Amino acid sequence: MLTKNAAGVKARKRLCMTVNGRAVEIEIDIRESLLDVLRDRLQFTGVKQGCSVGECGACTVLLDGTPVNSCIYLATWAHGKAVVTIEGLAQDGKLTPVQEAFVDEGAIQCGFCTPGVVLSTTAMVDSGKCFTHDEVRRELSGHLCRCTGYQKIVDAAERALREADIAADEHPV
Amino acid sequence: MFDICELCEPETLAEAKAIYAANPELKVIAGGTDVLIRMQHGSLAGAGLLSLRNIPHLDEIEMLADGTISVGAMAPFTRIFEHELIRKHVPVLGEASVSMGGPQVRNIATIGGNLCNGAVSADSASTLFALDALLKLETAEGERIIPMRDFYAGPGKVNLLPGELLVAILIPREGYEGMGGHYIKFAPRKAMDIATLGVAAVCKIRENRFVELRIGLGVAAPVPVRCFEAEDYAKGREVTWECVQEIARLALKPAKARSSWRASKDYREHLIEVLTQRAVAEAVKRGGGCCAD
Repeated sequence: MLTKNAAGVKARKRLCMTVNGRAVEIEIDIRESLLDVLRDRLQFTGVKQGCSVGECGACTVLLDGTPVNSCIYLATWAHGKAVVTIEGLAQDGKLTPVQEAFVDEGAIQCGFCTPGVVLSTTAMVDSGKCFTHDEVRRELSGHLCRCTGYQKIVDAAERALREADIAADEHPV
Repeated sequence: MFDICELCEPETLAEAKAIYAANPELKVIAGGTDVLIRMQHGSLAGAGLLSLRNIPHLDEIEMLADGTISVGAMAPFTRIFEHELIRKHVPVLGEASVSMGGPQVRNIATIGGNLCNGAVSADSASTLFALDALLKLETAEGERIIPMRDFYAGPGKVNLLPGELLVAILIPREGYEGMGGHYIKFAPRKAMDIATLGVAAVCKIRENRFVELRIGLGVAAPVPVRCFEAEDYAKGREVTWECVQEIARLALKPAKARSSWRASKDYREHLIEVLTQRAVAEAVKRGGGCCAD
């Protein structure tokens, strides 16, 4: 319960989680952020380190399906949770419909924000909810695109949502 | 890596209270979206953290038998905004919740953390002031329930005793029932920004007269404030545009706006008046009244 670091008493902890569907068990330092563990220890470098203070959204990952800033989230809190990074989307080289929508709309420039916005859009699509134009903009508002290509990003998100909706109609569950 | 010397992760509230009683120097961490940022900026160096994230049920939103809506201190803002009870009974709190930070922050940041930080700009604070909310505070010894307006002690300071935890926010039935409400956050950006000024208004209207009006202001003084002069003036009066304008003028009474790099004192006072007009007018509309001039 008490995890001490000061005198090196006990600053390490076992972390079990799934990353992109695969079970991961790793010994971490309690001081590490989820970003540190994903990027530096597990080499998921699609998780970008941007501002480190939860403003830019470049480090966004899905935690049990919900977008969070991994830079201001203690790695230990991910214990027992399912983490999805951008590396977890495409399967066998085949992009997801959300990724395709970003390609089709030309919504990618330098790539700084791309993993994050694609994951936030994936969360929207997977929620199965309908989003108005303003709601799409709101759900993407935690991402800074340093190329300022917001219009195409919003277009891509709306395209992905539209196509998911059409796909749902074609294959009623 | 964060400069943390120890991390306590109790599994129950009783355990958390016992640890905190024995180690009052620990820094409580809820969502971490403020504490970890402060650490990233170099403050709180070497702090020991008491994390409340493993404690179950501390994030629940429910209606108690007497109609009080209880919001668990660990409820994240997204949950509050999306919750059926909040949508139905206290939409103004949802409005304030969704104005805070950005989506990734709202998914993690908690209402309890937002209040315990003591930030005058907390989007939930001015709204909870207007809703006459109460706070349930617990120590290992016992609990006490205090009104929101007794909680703030100064900029960044709240009246928590050593070893005391905020457990829930209580919105009594009289605080929300039959009330129309509106929250306006004024900031240069719509997302990921801190309020230059926040105004929350809730009112009960009957035959186009104010039965009750409550206004909470954020960033208008060192702590969030209620506008009692304006509220007393409104009571029983017919809703007219002139009346709303007078209410907005009186809303300046408790304000102690100051100049900061975000805005000057004069600008803030202008915002208090104009935004109070708009917030009250919209709250009136949502409460079934009309203040067309």
